[in-house]
Amino acid sequence: MDVRDFLISEVLTSKSPVTAHSINGRLAEIRRDRISRPVIYIGTGSCGLVAGAGNTLKTVKEYLGEKSIDAEIVEVGCIGFCSAEPLMDVQIPGKSRISFNNVDSTMVEPILDDIFNGIVPADNVLGQFLNPLHEAWNGVEDISRLPFFRYQHRIVLANCGKSDPQSISGYIARGGYSTYLKCLNNYTAEKVCDIIDESGLRGRGGGGYTTGRKWKTAHNSVSDQKYLVCNAAESDPGAFMDRAIIEGDPHLLLEGIAIAAYAIGATKAYIYIMADYQQAIKNLKLAIAQMKEYALSGYNIFRSGTDLQINVVVSPGAFVCGEETALINSIQGKRAMPAPKPPYPAIEGLFRKPTVINNVETLANVPFILRHGPQAFNSIGTANSKGTKVFAVTGKSARTGLIEVEMGTTLKDLIFKIAGGIKNEKHFKAVQIGGPSGSCVPEQQLDLPVDYESLWEAGAIMGSGGMVVMDENTCMVDMVKFFMNFLQQESCGKCIPCREGTRRIHEILENITRRPPSESGHEVLERFKGIMQLEGLAEVIRDTSLCGLGQTAPNPLISAMKWFRDEFEEHVFDRKCRAGVCKELRVFYIEVDKCTGCVACLRKCPTNAIVGQPRQPHFIIEDKCIGCGICYDVCKFVAITIK
Amino acid sequence: MPLSIEEICLKYKKGSREALLPVLQEIQDSIGYLSEEAIVYVGSHLNLPSSKVYGIATFYDHFRFVPRGRFHIRVCGGTTCHIEGSMSLLREIDKLLKLRDGQVTRDGLFSLQVVDCMGACSKAPVVCINGEFHTMISPDDLVLLFNDIRKNQG
Repeated sequence: MDVRDFLISEVLTSKSPVTAHSINGRLAEIRRDRISRPVIYIGTGSCGLVAGAGNTLKTVKEYLGEKSIDAEIVEVGCIGFCSAEPLMDVQIPGKSRISFNNVDSTMVEPILDDIFNGIVPADNVLGQFLNPLHEAWNGVEDISRLPFFRYQHRIVLANCGKSDPQSISGYIARGGYSTYLKCLNNYTAEKVCDIIDESGLRGRGGGGYTTGRKWKTAHNSVSDQKYLVCNAAESDPGAFMDRAIIEGDPHLLLEGIAIAAYAIGATKAYIYIMADYQQAIKNLKLAIAQMKEYALSGYNIFRSGTDLQINVVVSPGAFVCGEETALINSIQGKRAMPAPKPPYPAIEGLFRKPTVINNVETLANVPFILRHGPQAFNSIGTANSKGTKVFAVTGKSARTGLIEVEMGTTLKDLIFKIAGGIKNEKHFKAVQIGGPSGSCVPEQQLDLPVDYESLWEAGAIMGSGGMVVMDENTCMVDMVKFFMNFLQQESCGKCIPCREGTRRIHEILENITRRPPSESGHEVLERFKGIMQLEGLAEVIRDTSLCGLGQTAPNPLISAMKWFRDEFEEHVFDRKCRAGVCKELRVFYIEVDKCTGCVACLRKCPTNAIVGQPRQPHFIIEDKCIGCGICYDVCKFVAITIK
Repeated sequence: MPLSIEEICLKYKKGSREALLPVLQEIQDSIGYLSEEAIVYVGSHLNLPSSKVYGIATFYDHFRFVPRGRFHIRVCGGTTCHIEGSMSLLREIDKLLKLRDGQVTRDGLFSLQVVDCMGACSKAPVVCINGEFHTMISPDDLVLLFNDIRKNQG
C-alpha cells in the first residue's frame, strides 16, 4: 500500500488517535523515529541560508558522494536558534539525533568523519534529541535542557527545525490533520467557535482581539460566501516569526486555516504573503498541493459535506498591508489603503462578504487547542493573556532567534535567562518591543511580564513579536529616527497628520542629529522649537489617524523621550551623541604627540576647521568641525581620535 | 523562455481588477521590472487608465521601474542591521557607485534594493548580491567586492 493510502486508511479515517510515541512500525518509519540509513538534517530556512547553510548543504552532498555513504538529507526549517546557525543534525540508525551548531562548509568533514565512526566530535556539539526509541550519545547534553530551549514552551514552534516541512506524510504520522477531520465529523462549526472562545486565544498579530469572538461574528453573519484570510504580511523590520512558521511547519498553519474556515463557514481561504518571502511561498504552495492530493481540501472533504479551497496571494509589499481593511483592498487590486470600521470585516469584508482575517501565529495555535482542548491552552499564561507568544529576539543579545514563551514570562527572564543577556560584556540599555509601532522598554521596567494588559498599562504594546535588544552603544535618538523614516515611507498617505506628521518628526530628528555648516543662535532656537513641537505632533497623529499605523506611529518617539529625555537634550543643547552613533556630532581631536604636521588633514577638511603650520602639530577648531571624519580617514599617523 | 507582456496578460481575465497585482508581479518576474510599455498594456487589458496602474504600482515597495543591474545588490533594512551599520553601507554604495534604493547604474552593472529583515540578525549587517550572502560586512569590504566584480567584468 503506498504511503498516501496507508495514512488515509490507518490514520485519517481511523477511530483511534495517533500519539506522539505510536510505535506502529510504518508510522515510526514515516516519522523517522525508526530509520534504516543515516539521516542528515540541515536548517535551510531563510536565516540559515544567509548564515551559509547553502554551502553546508552542498558540502554534505559532496562528502556523501565522495565517501559513497548511503544517507538521506532532509532540509528543515528554522528551529529558532539563529545565532547558532548553520545547524546540522545527524541521526544514525538506533542512536538519538545529535545537533551541531555553526557548521560552515569547513566543519562538515571533521564532524561527519567522527560521527559516522561513532565518535562524538570535540567541537560544535549543541545537544541531542532524546527519544525513548533511541540510544543516547554519551556526554552529550539534552538539547531541551539548554538555557535557550529550557524555559521556552513550544506550541507553535514545536516542529520547526525538527521535521521535514515538505512532507505531509510526516505531519499526518504525528497526528496532523486528524484534528481537522475530528472537527468536521464530530463538532458543529458553532462548537469549534465556542472551543476557541473558551481557550482565550487572542490575535497574535498585535491587535490582541479575542479570536473566538471574531469567528462567532462571522459565523453568525448570513451570506452565500464567506472568506478566511491568513495575514502573512509580516513587514516589521526585525520580525520573522511568521516566516519561520511557514517555512518550517506549513501544514500546521494550513490545518489551522482549514479549521478556522470550517468554524466560520468559509469555503475559500486566502493566504496573503509578502513577495520577499520566496522560500516560504514555495513551501506553502507545495504544502497546499499536497493537501489537495490527500483530499484534505477540495469538495466534500472526507465525505463531511465541507468544501475548502486555499489560494496564495502574493503581496507586492507595504507595511500598511498588515492592517485588515488595507489588506482587503490589496487583494481586490487596489492601493492598500485602510477603510473606516464599521463595517467590520467579519460582517462585510473581502468582496463585501463576511471575512475573518487572522495572523499566522494565531492560526498556528488552533490545531493544538482543538486537539488537546481549551483547558490545555487556557491553563497556560495569565488571567487575560492565555497560551504562548513567539518573539523574534535580535540585536545585542548573546543568543538571537525565535523564542516562544508562556504569557506572563518577564522581560528580564526572556532577555537574560533565555537570550543570554548582552553580548561582548556590554550593558543593557533598552529593548524595543513591537517594532516601529512599539515602544522602548528601559532597565527599570524589565520586570514587566509579557502580557497584553501589563504591557499596555506600562505604555508599551505586545506587537507582532519583534524584540530588539540594545546596549550602551545604541543611540535612542537614532533609533527613533530609523523608525520614523520607515513609518513615513510606509504611510499610505490618506490621513494628513500621519503622512505629513511622520515626515515632520523625521525632519526634526534629522536636524538634531546633524551639524549645520554654521552654528548661529537661530540654529539652536530651531532645534529647541523642534523638540517642543514633537510631543504635540505625536498627540495629533495618534488621535486623528484612521488606522493602526498612524495611531501607533508616535509610540517609539514618546517612549524614547519619556525614558531617555536626557539623551535627546544632549543632542539638542550639548551637540553630543553619547553612544557615538550620530556621525556628524562626533568631535575629533588631534593628539599633539602623534601629529607630524603633514598637512594632509588640513588640506582635506571641507570646512577649514584644521589650523597649523607644516611640521607643527595641528589643531581642530570644534565649532567649525562638522564631524565628517575625512581627517580621521586620511591621517596616516593615527593622530586623530574621537573624543 | 520568459513570457512576453502580451502572453502574460492573456492568462488573466480582461477587465478583472483583482488581476492587477498578480499580472504586474508576473511581468516583473519575467522581464525584471515594470516598463512604461508594460504599464500601458496592462491598463488597456484591464480597462484601467495607465495613470491608475502606475499609481497603484508605485504604492507598493516590491515593484521596480528600472531594469535590474547585472549585479543586483540587496541590503537588509532590518533594525539590527541598522544598529550594526547598514546606513554606512548605503552611504558607501552611494559614494562608490552613485546608486540609491530602486536605481540602476548607468552602465547597467549594479542595481540596489533595500529589503525587509532577512532574519540573520546575529550576522548583521547583511548584503546579498545575486543570491550570494555577505554577512558582517563593512564599507571597506564593499570597496574590495565591487572592485573584484568590475575586474571580472573586464
